[in-house]
Amino acid sequence: MEAPVTEPRPDPAYSATMTAHPPLTLRPPRRAVAAGAAVARARRERLIHIALAFCGIVSILTTAGIVLVLLFETIEFFREVPLWRFLTDLEWTPLFADKKFGVIVLASATFLTSVIALVVAIPVGLMSAIYLSEVAPRRVRGVVKPLLEVLAGVPTVVYGYFALLFVTPLLQRVYPDISGFNALSAGLVMGVMIIPLVVSLSEDALFAVPQNLRDGAYALGATRLQVATRVVVPAALSGVVASFILAVSRAVGETMIVAIAAGQSPNLTLNPFVPVETMTAYIVQVSLGDTPTGTLEFKTIFVVGMTLFLLTLGLNTLSHRLVRRFRERYE
Amino acid sequence: MITSEAHRASRRRTVRLFELAGLLATCVGLVVLAVLVVDVFGDGLPRLSWQFLTSYPSRKPEDAGILAALVGSLWLLVLTALVAFPIGVGAAIYLEEYSTQGRLQRVIEINIANLAGVPSIIYGLLGLELFVRIMRPITGGRSVLAGALTMALLVMPIVIIAAREALRAVADSQRQAAYALGATRWQVTSRVVVPAALPGILTGTILALSRAVGETAPLITMGALTYVAFLPDLSLAGLQSPFTVLPIQIFNWVSRPQPGFHVNAAAGIVVLLVVLLLMNATAIILRNRYQRRT
Repeated sequence: MEAPVTEPRPDPAYSATMTAHPPLTLRPPRRAVAAGAAVARARRERLIHIALAFCGIVSILTTAGIVLVLLFETIEFFREVPLWRFLTDLEWTPLFADKKFGVIVLASATFLTSVIALVVAIPVGLMSAIYLSEVAPRRVRGVVKPLLEVLAGVPTVVYGYFALLFVTPLLQRVYPDISGFNALSAGLVMGVMIIPLVVSLSEDALFAVPQNLRDGAYALGATRLQVATRVVVPAALSGVVASFILAVSRAVGETMIVAIAAGQSPNLTLNPFVPVETMTAYIVQVSLGDTPTGTLEFKTIFVVGMTLFLLTLGLNTLSHRLVRRFRERYE
Repeated sequence: MITSEAHRASRRRTVRLFELAGLLATCVGLVVLAVLVVDVFGDGLPRLSWQFLTSYPSRKPEDAGILAALVGSLWLLVLTALVAFPIGVGAAIYLEEYSTQGRLQRVIEINIANLAGVPSIIYGLLGLELFVRIMRPITGGRSVLAGALTMALLVMPIVIIAAREALRAVADSQRQAAYALGATRWQVTSRVVVPAALPGILTGTILALSRAVGETAPLITMGALTYVAFLPDLSLAGLQSPFTVLPIQIFNWVSRPQPGFHVNAAAGIVVLLVVLLLMNATAIILRNRYQRRT
């Protein structure tokens, strides 16, 4: 007997036919099914369908929950502290008697640690992605990619330990004035943590560039370096940039490394050698204390959370857009 | 165009340099990983002992241990799996086998992609408000149940994405054959598609859960304790008891000034990495067995 020829399932068309002719009404042959049983079966099928749809809706409820929770506490906060003070104050002292809420203090620390991380992750990640996609033999690729996954799977608290107790003492040996908590060590280690993300996404984009573009350049006498930097990278640019933006988003949202190694002192500075406090580290600091719910200090963590949420959402959306544009071009 | 011998040699040198730079860049991450592992194991391995595994935290570093944290992590892991697995797989089945490319499906898909990018600490804020405050009568406040629900929401997008991939890999001819025999959609799904996809689904779920085991920030934010000197009851009431987990215990020890606690932190990290390694190995074994069969 020959297997029936079925096309690989084109998703939309398939699902459409399946709903147009639901197999629910088919009866098993050679068995008399009472009408009642068929009705019961149809009802059970419908119940299962609803239950499964509900599982899907849980993810929507999660998003709605996040937005509502953040929004609710944020509105409460801005009833007591005007928005312009939140944006323009140059001090962050919500736990003192004289309360100041200049989010720029926390944002500058997040900016500083993220920039340091990106200075590590972007050049190293892109270089490595070019090497894996354009130069390395397939076998090397097969070994390196899983190892990078291991690097990405290390819990961030472990990186925090490494930054505070290995990298910082190392930096102090070179430059003794550096403080025990500093943005530099946290940023550097965070950069290493983000490398796998940049490599994996950039490499996907580079690898997807059609071979005929490379062949054309080689036929004109270009070297491997010229092909990589003047043909493949520009062709994959939107995909590569998308991976950078996702790296920024990851760095901004990263918590444990900065909470452990960068300190918890809200300083408005771009000096990488002194303690600072990022937005995420502030949330951790307040959560560790015994802040009663409903107080202004308690609301601040939601305001900072909202800022963080909007920032990462914007970055992620931008990145997804770029990836989609890249796909449309080559697929 | 005629290229001189010298020019050609210089070109070759540039290309060689470029390849070397690429190789070096690729090694950066791997070298750091190696240094990290050597550093942590060098600091922590001598501290590992039966006493360390079976003691509660203490003010004296040499008496302290990770019993409460280890049990708390396992407890949290099981509860998270019990919540995230059925709902995550249910959502994946809905998206792959049931939904009809309508607006709901599109909204859910965009939503899952966005959720996967939300920083984990934000889930902690959600858990704090929703599970600790609003649902206090059920969860009992800052309890292991509230923590597990928070973690379940955090790993759900990863479970859904992995389960969808596994379901998509099931050959369509199998579905057609079952429908041809008169099976209903649920019969096809539950007796043909899901069993065939199960190893893939389990692999993805284990990897997602291993992320939950390593997470610290959301649990600190929702208010898990940092000092727990008891074990939660293995009962329904135990679900409402306060808890701590291994990463939080490690964080607590790293944050203290005494070097003795830093050694404890390193030993705790060794245990955490071993747990993660075991989970990943299980996932890989499952994946390999699955690949051999098909």
